[in-house]
Amino acid sequence: MRLKKLAAVTAAAITMASPVMAELVFPSLSYRTGPFAAGGVPFADGYADYFTLLNERDGGIGGELTRVPECETAYNTEKGVECYEATKGDGALIYQPLSTGITYQLIPKVSADGIPMHTMGYGRTSAANGKVFEWIFNYPGNYWDSASIMVKHALDMEGGSLEGKSIALLYHNSAYGKEPIRTLEELAEKHGYNLTLIPVDSPGQEQKSQWLQIRREKPDYVFFWGWGVMNQVAIQEAANIRYPMDHFIGVWWSGAEPDVLPAGDGADGYKSTNFTGTGTDYPIFDDLQTYVVDKGLAAGDGQSLGQVQYNRGMYAAMLAAEAVRKAQEIHGVSAINAAQMRDGMEALEVTAARMEELGMPNFGPEVNVTCENHGGPGMGLIQQWDASAQKWVAITDYIQSDREVINELIMEDSAAYAAENGIEERCN
Amino acid sequence: MPDQLLYALEVTLNGLMAGVLYSLVALGFVLIFKASGIFNYAQGVMALFAALTLVGIQEGQVPFSHLINAIFGTEIHHFGWTVPAILAIMLTAAVMVVFAWAVERFVLKHLVNQPDIILFMATIGLAYFMEGVGDLMWGADIKKLDVGLPQGGSIWLEENTAWLGGDGFYGFFIDRLDIVATVVAAILVISLTLFSQYSKQGRALRAVADDHQAALSVGISLRFIWVLVWSIAGFVALVAGIMWGTKSGVQFSLSLIALKALPVLMLGGFTSIPGAIVGGLIIGVGEKLFEFFIGPMVGGATENWFAYVLALLFLVFRPQGLFGEKIIERV
Repeated sequence: MRLKKLAAVTAAAITMASPVMAELVFPSLSYRTGPFAAGGVPFADGYADYFTLLNERDGGIGGELTRVPECETAYNTEKGVECYEATKGDGALIYQPLSTGITYQLIPKVSADGIPMHTMGYGRTSAANGKVFEWIFNYPGNYWDSASIMVKHALDMEGGSLEGKSIALLYHNSAYGKEPIRTLEELAEKHGYNLTLIPVDSPGQEQKSQWLQIRREKPDYVFFWGWGVMNQVAIQEAANIRYPMDHFIGVWWSGAEPDVLPAGDGADGYKSTNFTGTGTDYPIFDDLQTYVVDKGLAAGDGQSLGQVQYNRGMYAAMLAAEAVRKAQEIHGVSAINAAQMRDGMEALEVTAARMEELGMPNFGPEVNVTCENHGGPGMGLIQQWDASAQKWVAITDYIQSDREVINELIMEDSAAYAAENGIEERCN
Repeated sequence: MPDQLLYALEVTLNGLMAGVLYSLVALGFVLIFKASGIFNYAQGVMALFAALTLVGIQEGQVPFSHLINAIFGTEIHHFGWTVPAILAIMLTAAVMVVFAWAVERFVLKHLVNQPDIILFMATIGLAYFMEGVGDLMWGADIKKLDVGLPQGGSIWLEENTAWLGGDGFYGFFIDRLDIVATVVAAILVISLTLFSQYSKQGRALRAVADDHQAALSVGISLRFIWVLVWSIAGFVALVAGIMWGTKSGVQFSLSLIALKALPVLMLGGFTSIPGAIVGGLIIGVGEKLFEFFIGPMVGGATENWFAYVLALLFLVFRPQGLFGEKIIERV
């Protein structure tokens, strides 16, 4: 009797397991709880909804259904690593941890396990050098690109010269917040502006000293590198001291709806970088509504469609899906594995025409990844908050970062990493 | 007057105001510790929970809507009405009373006579439980809190003090929200002092604080006092939640304001209401002035650690804090 039961359970398990093995698995290391959930929830929703759309509308990618198992990290590095360990054996094709802390911990692990990781606009900037970081990708842009794009925008505002101008960098006093310092220092030498560094200790709920300093020193621009509660407080404090908001420019992680809404009208005119479009004025949202939201299959309540972080999650999923298509094309199989996924990512090309086909015209910059360049084009736009309409408005086209300066820094940092870890350069 | 001196004065004023906000959080800790000897780890989460509840009630949000929708496949989020701020504050205060009753009924009652560390551990559990319940009830998104409090620098003050300095001096900056917080904190402290000195329940509360056994022996209900003191701490948490939530929006980081209260408690003492206020002011001014004078020399971001250094310095000379009761145990 027991044997019969065991046999039945085993048979059932095999039957249930079989289709799972054939699915394309995209683990989502999400954070729907904790202090950073406001950014984590819409991103995870956008990521999941895009794959649901592909399943419902197209029957998956190349005939293979997709699956997005979620694991809650609460933006905690240890939990993120646990999530990775718990999900990597499930046929994971790619990881997108949405946390620089988790990224740093996972870089050696995914490299050893042979699973690609995509850290879009965050993580280790020098991972853009594919010669050293075989399994890590950070297209379409990285932190240093954002810093450079902010400087370029300031240059535009000043008629092409920042000579003698002052820029204050208000940053989260952590590895993440310190990322742009080197780049901004290099660019200060090139463009002749004075850079003042103003750190804010985590979590950043109290920033009175920093904003009194800004009020005293009256910098021409404040560049802002925050995350979590630091964003809302900084924008409120800027409004409190009546700092000109169009001269207050945040990195793309400091420019979403939850960052500006608490400050109300005071946030009007605040700017940030971004690498995707915002709003729902793209054909793909009609499909999302029809195939996902209306059918009750949305990961969230359907309210966050079009928001900055939702669109970013959706864009990350689109890039992953396009990499799968490329991998299927290269290897001639539909059920690809992680190594083949990496090949697809390394040969990824998303043109303007392709984005139009996908119902996302001009939703992001054109992306072209190569063996040497895992960082993509290094482009981003500047968006500005319209408080009365309660929406972000793109005020520039995609701006190319100063790759001449950035590439040099990437080479320097990645060379140091390669030397530390005994990595031989590839792509030769 | 030299501008540098004026700036130092401005920093001092803002430090005092920031100190008041720290004190508001510390007050809740003091009330519960004084009455029951419990270090309430959940005080920060209580502020978060109160603020979440306030916004939820104000906006007519359906509590547990995500859970309800997930189970029953419905699409309900709001009742379709909004509640005026005053009424919402009163309703939230009532929720905090119910919460106090529940804490006494389901947690404290079962832990009578347990060592302090057990009670402390229970409040850690309570903190995580409340954080989860708050998330389930009201969702994890950041909410704008608007109960009509003014925000932004006082233009009147700026204009009337600008003449004190040179061309680069814009006048003193003081956030109007901080001024309101100071007035509210003053009213709160005066009310609490009057309550504990002159009301029957207040005297009972002090009796329990002095000696549980003796208070019980004269017929004071320990359970009632616990409900009372947790209710008052809940109300103080609501006030702190409103002030901090107005600054940053109501979000889960709000619970971290408790970290700002710890050095205040170390400095002011765990059992003194005036200590919480004075401690807050010293920490507020101390950390702001240190950041102003020394911060630029050491790369800035000194406030978090300097508050603790300052508190530790005081502890060396007065282990019970500035206003704490000196405990002498004879062996």
